[in-house]
Amino acid sequence: MSAQAETVLKNVQLPEEPEKATLEGRNKILGFWFFLGGESVLFGSLFATYIALRNQNASGPTGAELFDLTMVAIATFLLLTSSMTSVLAVQAMHRHDVKNIKLWFAITVLLGLAFLGLEIYEFNNYAAEGHLFNSSAFASAFYTLVGFHGGHVLFGVVWIALLIGQLAKKGLTVVTAPKIYLAALYWHFVDLVWVFIFTVVYLMGKVG
Amino acid sequence: MEWLTTVDHKKIAVLYLVAGGMFFLIGGLEALLIRIQLMKPEFDFVPAHTFNELITMHGTTMIFLAAMPLIFALMNIAVPLQIGARDVAFPFVNALGFWMFFFGGLLLNLSWFLGGAPDAGWTAYAPLSGPDFGSNGVNFYVVGLQIAGLGTFIGGINMLATIVNMRAPGMSFMRMPMFVWTSFVTSIIILFCFPAITVGLVLLMFDRLFDANFFDVANGGNPVIYQHLFWIFGHPEVYILIIPAFGILSEVITTFSSKRLYGYSSMVFATVLIGFLSFMVWAHHMFTTGLGPVANSLFGVATMLIAVPTGIKIFNWIFTMWGGHIRFTTANLFAVAFIPTFVIGGVTGVMLASPPADFQYHDTYFVVAHFHYVIVGGLIFAVFAGLFYWWPKLFGRMLSETMGKWTFWLFFTGFHMTFFVQHFLGLMGMPRRVFTYLKGQGWDELNFISTIGAFLMAAGTIVFLVNIAVTARKPVGAPADPWDGRTLEWTIPSPPPEFNYAQIPLVRGLDALWVEKTEGNKEMVPSEPLGPIHLPSPTILPFLMSVGLFIAGFGFMYAGQHFDNGLAQALFNNYIVAGIGLALFFACMFIRSLFDDRGFHVEPEGLQEKGAKA
Repeated sequence: MSAQAETVLKNVQLPEEPEKATLEGRNKILGFWFFLGGESVLFGSLFATYIALRNQNASGPTGAELFDLTMVAIATFLLLTSSMTSVLAVQAMHRHDVKNIKLWFAITVLLGLAFLGLEIYEFNNYAAEGHLFNSSAFASAFYTLVGFHGGHVLFGVVWIALLIGQLAKKGLTVVTAPKIYLAALYWHFVDLVWVFIFTVVYLMGKVG
Repeated sequence: MEWLTTVDHKKIAVLYLVAGGMFFLIGGLEALLIRIQLMKPEFDFVPAHTFNELITMHGTTMIFLAAMPLIFALMNIAVPLQIGARDVAFPFVNALGFWMFFFGGLLLNLSWFLGGAPDAGWTAYAPLSGPDFGSNGVNFYVVGLQIAGLGTFIGGINMLATIVNMRAPGMSFMRMPMFVWTSFVTSIIILFCFPAITVGLVLLMFDRLFDANFFDVANGGNPVIYQHLFWIFGHPEVYILIIPAFGILSEVITTFSSKRLYGYSSMVFATVLIGFLSFMVWAHHMFTTGLGPVANSLFGVATMLIAVPTGIKIFNWIFTMWGGHIRFTTANLFAVAFIPTFVIGGVTGVMLASPPADFQYHDTYFVVAHFHYVIVGGLIFAVFAGLFYWWPKLFGRMLSETMGKWTFWLFFTGFHMTFFVQHFLGLMGMPRRVFTYLKGQGWDELNFISTIGAFLMAAGTIVFLVNIAVTARKPVGAPADPWDGRTLEWTIPSPPPEFNYAQIPLVRGLDALWVEKTEGNKEMVPSEPLGPIHLPSPTILPFLMSVGLFIAGFGFMYAGQHFDNGLAQALFNNYIVAGIGLALFFACMFIRSLFDDRGFHVEPEGLQEKGAKA
């Protein structure tokens, strides 16, 4: 596409839902929903494994001894708030307000980073108490499940941060809009998984 | 180079065909070696350890690296054409899926040259495959299958999005050809079952490479978890293999009976139902692990339920042929032979689904006979039928019918000779997975017959390869519609142009082309005016991303090993090699997202506008 054609494209009035304006965009959104379906099975399998092994702590510490609910509650609060800010970014996109997309996404990234920081701190504490990846089946299952989620958060943080850069460079077009929508969708999914982790791992670990 | 960068679904189909065919030959060679070893009692053709490697690699190769890619080859040939699309939804992802499968399979097979192949059986049950017992080869299994499985997973998503979003105007779901329906259901199964085996393999990998305790009973682990995860994937996988075969059969039988498919909507319903039930039956592989009578009964009954929709399908095919004008081309011979063969496999399946009986059949040759009847007599027959049917469309050349019939009769006779007798071997108590047996148990003759049958199948396959080689030398000249077909792919030239359809057709009923034929029209009504066609650019990135994962796989596998070479030791043990591989993967991903592909436009020159209204 020539530079001239590109300017023309930019000046064309963006449709109300630019993420669904092209077939490519609609394909991406549909394909991504399918992808999330597969991811649900991935996490479902990890949850099942964790539930089967959660009391197999060999001689290591148990969940009830380890978990600090205050810290986990703060982490949960940070992550759920970041879901809201990503919604605000998508709403800004529907208003074609590039400045606010970038702002809300930046806040989302910061909240995600804060969550990751807390998780690293938490894992460090556990390791100090002798709860290592290879110390028991419970420990392996715990670090694998929570770690997989943490890896997803990290991926999301990098993804959204790069999107902010792309948005600054290219602006809001029918090409960038689906990417924004998908990143937000992914972020909601990651948050949803965390709600289950909070319940199954931490609450059940403390109480059950 | 053109082949490394292509994103065209027809070229990717050829890639799948070549790679899957190559792995099929490797797996077949392994099968022949197994059968030679079992030809007579107390034979020492291959040592016991090599035999374990052979059975493991034969099963793994045939399921993951031959059957699945051959299905993907046929899906890539037929699905976009049958729904009247220019391409798949994600051409880039399509290429990526192929290359990941290819490099995963390559990694797995390199194990033969790098200290021995996996030897824990194709299921790689823990703890036999764990760090205490499994050889180094099992690392290749866990890593190679993860990469290949990821490729299949994204390939499935691509098919789903294609079928939902890219159908030509007028093609409602209930007007889709059966092969498209079966590809759709198969892709849904892929979507929901592959993550389960990925988790199983990841856990096994963590146990092996990072000292985790998932399957280590001494530290609280539980090996039965592995079996559950494996079969939550593994049983649906069987239906991933057989459901597309049902679709191919429906296409071939309707075309060569010159009748519409009997009971189309019941076929659709049966397909969806089989897809759903496939997830409800995994524990029938685990009757003898001690799940208890209640679980065993439930899973036994659920398994038997699958016979109902399958029976519906069998009768519909028979009713389709009933009173039809049947032409016994090679494709149709394979399709018709599928029916009784698959019924035998289905009957033994119901026998195995009964828990008390299964305690007798478990791990005997009866099971081996059963699943070979289903997978070879079902899937491979259907793949042959599909290849003979769609070959002219893909390559523009007809395969020789004479040689095709030789292939059929050799393969068909050889198949029944090989596997029918194994039912009796199993009932007489011959266990599977043993590398030899003693004289005088009444197993000698039947094993000998079985081995001869295997060679007949090999002969049939060789005739097929000769057929390809001979016909490939002929010029391209197949007609657009060599079989008097019913569906959209026969409306465009063979081989199709890069953009498939110069003008996307308008679909006016089930068997769209047949509808036009019965109304006396020679071709489809277009749904859009003639104009420049937008196509995606070729790209090397999918290839490089897969190479990245390939390198990373080696990095992780060898991270804990000792090397005499100091440099290699430093590179591998500090995860530098693994890091380089992953960096390459993510760098390509980054480049892909940074530089949006603008694609290019083709003008369908020389084509006459067919008077469409915009």
